[in-house]
Amino acid sequence: MAQIASITLYQNDEARPVMEAILQDNPTARVLNMPGAVKIDVDDELVINRATVEEKLGSEWDPQQIHMVLISMAGNLDEDDDRITLSWKH
Amino acid sequence: MAVKKMGLKQKYAHLTRGLDWETSYQKMDDVFPYDQFEGIKITDWSKWEDPFRLTMDAYWKFQAEKERKLYAVIDAFAQNNGQLNVSDARYINVLKLFLTGVSPLEYQAHRGFAFTGRHMRGVGPRIAAQMQSLDELRHFQTQAHTISHYNKFFDGIAEFQHMHDRVWYLSVPKSFFDDARAAGPFEFMIAIGFAFEYVLTNLLFVPFMSGAAYNGDMSTVTFGFSAQSDESRHMTLGIEVIKFLLEQHPDNLPIVQKWVDKWFWRGFKVLGLVAMMMDYMLPKKVMSWKEAWEIYFTEAGGSLFTDLERYGLKVPKYADVATEMAEHISHQNWAVFYQYTHAAAFHTWTPDKEHLDWLSEKYPNTFDKYYRPRWEMWAKMDEEGKRFYNMALPQLCQTCQIPMAYTEPGDPTQIAFRCTEWNGEMYHFCSDGCKDIFDDEPEKYAQSWLPVHQIFQGNCGGPTVPDVLNWYRLNVGADNMDYVGSPDEQVWNSWKGKAPAEAAE
Repeated sequence: MAQIASITLYQNDEARPVMEAILQDNPTARVLNMPGAVKIDVDDELVINRATVEEKLGSEWDPQQIHMVLISMAGNLDEDDDRITLSWKH
Repeated sequence: MAVKKMGLKQKYAHLTRGLDWETSYQKMDDVFPYDQFEGIKITDWSKWEDPFRLTMDAYWKFQAEKERKLYAVIDAFAQNNGQLNVSDARYINVLKLFLTGVSPLEYQAHRGFAFTGRHMRGVGPRIAAQMQSLDELRHFQTQAHTISHYNKFFDGIAEFQHMHDRVWYLSVPKSFFDDARAAGPFEFMIAIGFAFEYVLTNLLFVPFMSGAAYNGDMSTVTFGFSAQSDESRHMTLGIEVIKFLLEQHPDNLPIVQKWVDKWFWRGFKVLGLVAMMMDYMLPKKVMSWKEAWEIYFTEAGGSLFTDLERYGLKVPKYADVATEMAEHISHQNWAVFYQYTHAAAFHTWTPDKEHLDWLSEKYPNTFDKYYRPRWEMWAKMDEEGKRFYNMALPQLCQTCQIPMAYTEPGDPTQIAFRCTEWNGEMYHFCSDGCKDIFDDEPEKYAQSWLPVHQIFQGNCGGPTVPDVLNWYRLNVGADNMDYVGSPDEQVWNSWKGKAPAEAAE
């Protein structure tokens, strides 16, 4: 069984570009909508690219801004200036 | 020439490496006296890496922004009389249980991480623990602040901190944290950072806060998710701790495994209160406890423990028993509170037909067979004027302090009892998990402050139930008993223009 890398974000306008970027860059992503929150699951690895979020947002985005819309996550996290990765790969 | 801005990794490296030093006036072992007695071996603290690489300036910036947002919502909620827009006044009982049972744990976590941050020899975990300590204080304050609005209109809220220290069922969450804080710093990190924050906290906050959103409680969903955004950082700390300890020395594995087993089981028992909130107390339901368990333990925990197998760490002992219990625990807990409603600081009720049907659908294996008939019988007795109260004080489990109401694995018709004789005394337990924990450290758990024992020993205000309730500062007739007929119901009906008879229907 695949290990699930996952992120849960607010259901709001600030989080929407991040969610759209995740869905674009992780084509196998599955979405669970809950009141107030959205959970996105990807097998093994989930990537958030700064460039894609900026394209959706139409302005600059610092990956650390994820803290403003983040509810929960699963996977080993790696973050730098250009991307956030949640992964079970080694 | 312009100086190039530092990248995230560089900034974090400066904060967590450049600012630390070896003490010379005092021996390092004297400065950090608690990080060795538990038997954990650390060979190189510099291997610690915080994956978020959050620096102090960024921390303050984001936290300030979160606070501004939250307080704007709390303000709007108060100005617009948001309490009028919740789904039903029964919902407020969730907040009462949360504020009396959970919010004081945030404060305990604040103190625990302040201590742990002080006593870790490595600067990386010290900074992460310091940030978490500040977060936890923020959570306690924002929760008390948010729920204070409801205190203007509803009973059972005003004395939450006093109650947390005294009321029988609140000794369950209280003793959980007392236990963690009375352990060494590494055990505390595994207990709270890993087992609670990483493995179990999603079960507490995500479906429950989503439930607040669904039940029209804008202020609670906002503090909940605002806290949860910190929680994600705590989760990375939790997983980092475990990986760090397991990578540092092979001798750490059996110690860590024992703590993971213990704290998984302790946490699972405490979360039974949340199970009951989700299945019985939310008027509009988001998901059942069993569904939440499948998503957040079976699926998410499965991925996590598969990952940790490479270090030799196994799925917590009795995880299979906990998963089986997910079919029962909420039903058994709500039944306890229904029977002891006279001694609870929130209201209870029997589920109506629509609610019973929902439970039947969500629990096809167990509800119709074991629990529905009981609710239907109690509802009938109530109709006949014979509402069932249990007036005997229950026997408590020596470890988790929950009344002995849980059933045997594999046989939901048989109450589970375990016992151990130690030092000439007999100690009682609700499960193998709780007995194992006692057997491993009997000196610690023999000292448990068990509410029922304390009442019988005369330490809780007096020998009668009214004496004890008075000692709890429980306002009899307002804070306790069934929702139907309560002052809460009365005020709600007056807002909604309903006649009492119609509501009682």
